[in-house]
Amino acid sequence: MRVSFCIVFFFSAGILCGFYSLVPSAMNNSTLSLYALNLLLFLVGIGIGGNNTVWEMIKRNNAKILMVPVSIIFGTLLGSALLSFWLKEITLRDSLAVVSGFGYYSLSSIIITRLEGEALGVLALLSNIFREISTLLLTPLLVKYFGRLAPIASGGATSMDTTLPVIIRFTGKEYGIISIFSGIVLTLVAPFLITFILA
Amino acid sequence: MFLILFFLTAGMVTGYFLRKRSVIIKLADKVTTGAICLLLFLLGLSVGGNEIIINSFAKLGAQALVLNAGAVSGSVILSYFVYVYVFGRRGK
Repeated sequence: MRVSFCIVFFFSAGILCGFYSLVPSAMNNSTLSLYALNLLLFLVGIGIGGNNTVWEMIKRNNAKILMVPVSIIFGTLLGSALLSFWLKEITLRDSLAVVSGFGYYSLSSIIITRLEGEALGVLALLSNIFREISTLLLTPLLVKYFGRLAPIASGGATSMDTTLPVIIRFTGKEYGIISIFSGIVLTLVAPFLITFILA
Repeated sequence: MFLILFFLTAGMVTGYFLRKRSVIIKLADKVTTGAICLLLFLLGLSVGGNEIIINSFAKLGAQALVLNAGAVSGSVILSYFVYVYVFGRRGK
């Protein structure tokens, strides 16, 4: 939650500085963000590769648990594809790229900005932040009407960290493990899927 | 696109070999947060200076709501089928 706050703070501070031209324009160049992005991707990779839980989970996964993130991927793509026909200004490809962040808004918005420009990057940031917020708010209702996998599905990649406490609170410890596993898989899949969709 | 996949994969391989050295991994996590904040500041900077995006912020927000509604409901519905047919549970 602390990190989410820091992200929103820096993004808003950036908007204000940009809007009122408070920062010398030399800072606003894409070379700096290109280096920062490459560094970030490398570090995110280290974080995933160096996480012992990730490898233990993947080693002892069984097909049943793997069905959870797989269904979340297809459900996310299908659901947003259907609704995106209603959004005439956004192409199907762009919609799919945006929701392929699975709530991992920091990385997805940055990758999408790099590949498609700021407008779609901002859309990805907002849409994926909404995914986290709606999971935090809706978990009790989702569990009640759609079972205990529902908040894990709604949380997407965030179900391994930011939304994990609320998911465990309403589904129990046993589902907490599924939640972490599913979040890890989606965190791994998100950057690759986004890049392939926009390729 | 190639660079994105390259750096991500290179990081994962590096992390896998460093996974016993928790100090380095923790440091990497801290620097990650810093890099994310820097990049989002830069994204905000170019968004703030871009009149077209600023003027369409409300529209972008509405589109984001719609896409998120589709993503959440689609994944919740499919996960319900997994819950009932794979996990063999009913309702609550």
